[in-house]
Amino acid sequence: MSEPFERGPFLLARADAFITWAQKNSLWPFGSGLACCAIEMIATAAARYDIARFGMELFRASPRQADLFIVAGTVTNKMAPVLRRLWDQMPDPKWALAMGNCAIGGGPFPTYSVLQGVDRIIPVDVYVAGCPPTPQGLIHGLMTLQEKIARSRPTKEILDPHARRQS
Amino acid sequence: MAFREIDLNMGPQHPSTHGVLRLKLAVDNEVVLRVEPVLGYLHRGMEKLWESLTYTQIVPLTDRLDYLASLSNNLAYCLAVEKLAGIEVPRRARYIRVVLAELQRLASHLAWTGFMANDIGAMSVLLYGFEAREDILDIFEEYCGARLTVHGIRIGGAVHDLDGPLVSRIRAVLERIPKRLADIRSLLDENRIWKERTVGIGRITAGEAIDYGLTGPPLRACGVAWDMRKDIPYSSYDDFDFDVPLGTNGDVYDRYLVRLEEICQSIRIVGQALDGLPEGEFKAKVPRVLKIAPGEAFHTIEAPKGVLGFTVRSNGTDKPERVKMKSPSFINLQSLEHLCQGNLFSDVIGILGSLDIVLGEIDK
Amino acid sequence: MPADRADQSKLRKALDALAGRFGDAVLAGAADKGELAVRLTKDVIVPALSFFKEELGFNAFEDLVVFDNLNSPDEGGARFTVVYRLFKFPGAVRARLTVEVGDGESLPSAVPVYRAADWAEREAFDMFGIPFEGHPDLRRIYLPDDFEGHPLRKDFPLAGRTGGL
Repeated sequence: MSEPFERGPFLLARADAFITWAQKNSLWPFGSGLACCAIEMIATAAARYDIARFGMELFRASPRQADLFIVAGTVTNKMAPVLRRLWDQMPDPKWALAMGNCAIGGGPFPTYSVLQGVDRIIPVDVYVAGCPPTPQGLIHGLMTLQEKIARSRPTKEILDPHARRQS
Repeated sequence: MAFREIDLNMGPQHPSTHGVLRLKLAVDNEVVLRVEPVLGYLHRGMEKLWESLTYTQIVPLTDRLDYLASLSNNLAYCLAVEKLAGIEVPRRARYIRVVLAELQRLASHLAWTGFMANDIGAMSVLLYGFEAREDILDIFEEYCGARLTVHGIRIGGAVHDLDGPLVSRIRAVLERIPKRLADIRSLLDENRIWKERTVGIGRITAGEAIDYGLTGPPLRACGVAWDMRKDIPYSSYDDFDFDVPLGTNGDVYDRYLVRLEEICQSIRIVGQALDGLPEGEFKAKVPRVLKIAPGEAFHTIEAPKGVLGFTVRSNGTDKPERVKMKSPSFINLQSLEHLCQGNLFSDVIGILGSLDIVLGEIDK
Repeated sequence: MPADRADQSKLRKALDALAGRFGDAVLAGAADKGELAVRLTKDVIVPALSFFKEELGFNAFEDLVVFDNLNSPDEGGARFTVVYRLFKFPGAVRARLTVEVGDGESLPSAVPVYRAADWAEREAFDMFGIPFEGHPDLRRIYLPDDFEGHPLRKDFPLAGRTGGL
């Protein structure tokens, strides 16, 4: 494709802006509460930090109804296949957020049973550090994800299936 | 209706299993025949890891066992190490520990009330419970900067002193809690749906409960007054005047009542500890590199979930030979099958919730 | 504190009763600060546990701890030391029963006496590979069934043998 078209014609750019606006303001998280971080994730959803302000309060218990995978906690080797399967069950478009040091890289557990980072099994968009991250930290991570979504070009993915990220 | 046995799988990803627990159920229509918990989805190899760390490095990892009551884990582990090393903890430090541990019990029980009600279907109680809990987490945050994995109790004492502003803040929070508790009770105590889902559900007799090794609120709901704070007092608990709340029926509703009453008793204990806070050091002098002569010690405390104990064996170096945790949730969960048998499938959630398990300390 | 002098003599009496019943199988015994500590040979552990439960009134099973003595061979000689912790309520008295188990040897299961020992024995089997004979359902409790090795043995590396996923 030629360079000017690559930057996007007016109509597609408008469509991108509209789609990403809708996507980023109605993220439906799939809270995979694995360990300590799950408690902070619930605290983020509770009254004081009120994640509903960002349009994300609809925590789903089923991956088929969600588009944001929050991996909150330690992923063990026994749990890893389960997580991968849950990720595969989520419909596109979907994003993943690794919450806490365990999900990022194994955290304080360099042991025989802990997966050293959830990005070994699923692609991660945003990493939120902390042990556990505070609710403010999680909200910051989610807003970073919103910015990332705003920068994305969904129409390009629709027009060119090969551009869709390999997951 | 004809007998038809169906196998059902629940978890490890399920909103009401309190983490990554998997249950294999066999049901006859709606009635539960067998429950087999499958553990290990959060097995982090904690005990193996501890063998490669020094005594002081282990303390922050104990926070991640029962993450709803991290200070209780700190306390149990530190008491075991102090017993082994013969460290005398100053009286002021013991009082500070009591304040922290009881605040932690408040936070844990408030969170439990929220989770339990949420499992049964009363979402608003979760919001009330967590809002009350946030008040206590604010105290921890002011005390040492962390909310959840506090790491506030160290070997030999506590991490900081309790200063004047913090003491008055704790008092202010304690004054607010009874009002918040009354809000929660007005939502649940006489709520018809709540009572139908809890009264007479998951009953166990006192004899069976001891046989299954139950400890903590599920045991006291059967009327057994086993509370390590009274039976084998540690950390100056014998200085304080408090009651051990008991239930009579041993069902889910009584476990709820026992926990709410324990919140009131904890408020009493914290108040007394703050009133009588002795002068002195908040931490004993502990060598930076703690080497302990070969030996073995076992110490138990009454954690919010039940009797929590640590076995520590030393080998003369600065690293332990072995640290074994006796986790209350692990043993309490063993009775799940007995509690669920004959109940309806929908009550499994309520019964599991009433045991107040945390997978972090079950799987270790 | 319930561990006053009167209790001390009661504990001694219990110790004598135990020695009278099991004779040479009791290798050592001590009573201190509200705790009975006994060393036994492993073939009498189940009768000893049921003696503690039925006759001495230790109604609660608290914990089962296994130590791997690979790096501290002065400890009795055998590879593993297994400690059973019992608790008596009311009264708040502890008992600590110790047996030695060699590598590859099995122990009789305590589940027929104390139901609460069920998962504790499965954990010991999973972590150390000690088989418990007569256990109703002896399988790994934490690790997947296809896991190789027993992680809490001293010769098992912390990061595992295969390096994980």
